[in-house]
Amino acid sequence: MAATALREQLNGLVNSMFAEGLLDQQFQQLQMLQDGSTPGFVAEVVTLFCEDSERILTELTKLMDQALVDYSKVDAYVHQLKGSSSSVGAQNVKLACIQFRQFCEENNKEGCVRALNVVKHEYYRLRSKFETMLQLESRIQAYENKQQN
Amino acid sequence: MAVVATETQYRVLAVDDNLLDRKLIERLLKTSSYQVTTVDSGSKALQFLGLQDDQSNSPPVSSDQHVINLVITDYCMPEMTGYDLLKRIKESSSLKDIPVVIMSSENVPSRINRCLEEGAEEFFLKPVQLSDMKRLKPHILKGKYKEQQQQEVLQNNNNTSSNNNSNKRKAMDDETSREMTRPRLTSSLTVL
Repeated sequence: MAATALREQLNGLVNSMFAEGLLDQQFQQLQMLQDGSTPGFVAEVVTLFCEDSERILTELTKLMDQALVDYSKVDAYVHQLKGSSSSVGAQNVKLACIQFRQFCEENNKEGCVRALNVVKHEYYRLRSKFETMLQLESRIQAYENKQQN
Repeated sequence: MAVVATETQYRVLAVDDNLLDRKLIERLLKTSSYQVTTVDSGSKALQFLGLQDDQSNSPPVSSDQHVINLVITDYCMPEMTGYDLLKRIKESSSLKDIPVVIMSSENVPSRINRCLEEGAEEFFLKPVQLSDMKRLKPHILKGKYKEQQQQEVLQNNNNTSSNNNSNKRKAMDDETSREMTRPRLTSSLTVL
């Protein structure tokens, strides 16, 4: 059955994300919270995370572009991103944020610029896998809906 | 006479400025069979609880008449922190018995102690887990017990025929009549 093959693909993808450290245990918590009554929960949370992250990354880029960097504003945004990534289980992004905050504390511009690049890199890497994940999920859902009709 | 016990639905007010975290805590609470209301700031929480800025002692009933059995709030929020919210709740005569739990992504012992000293029941480290939800019930029940005790004290005082302190009685009468007219949606087991 096609849905089974898709499920296997999805599981494989998620497992590899765990193995690579892109995701941590918190993501499993989210999966546990998804059930029959809330089939779209993980997708919703992942989508929210991506929207929120991109908004923050845009602001961070602007702030870092300033001649005189406002480190407290930068830190506030990184703190938000760290929180969201922690809540969704985005381990590498979270770790990159922790590093970034270190540099903020030291008012280290070069360090911050590098740290922002690492955060972006980790985020976009995660996002493309999330996109594949959500595509697979919605294809599986479509099959299961057809089955029920 | 047989009394039918209905499953008591407790309502939790969750406060967090982060949308993702609000979604998460809502799902955690609903999965654990709580009714949930989420707000994105301390000031909105106070509004919901019926405590306006003038600190009027209105009962903890929101505009849509729901009783709040527990408040769970993030610590780090702009404008009003979870700690500030906690203080306001504990300073309010009408709200002080509502249990408050603080959540934070940072494990700062001095912060935790400060909150506990101010009357927070517990401190959850974020990300909050499903297993943390089990720790809420005892605090809710303790809050309800305190509430019931307060009501009993008021009723006893009203029942005593001789009461030297007429001022005190007047104040309590006001509060009792307010308590009685306030619609209560939580079901409690009344043994007749």
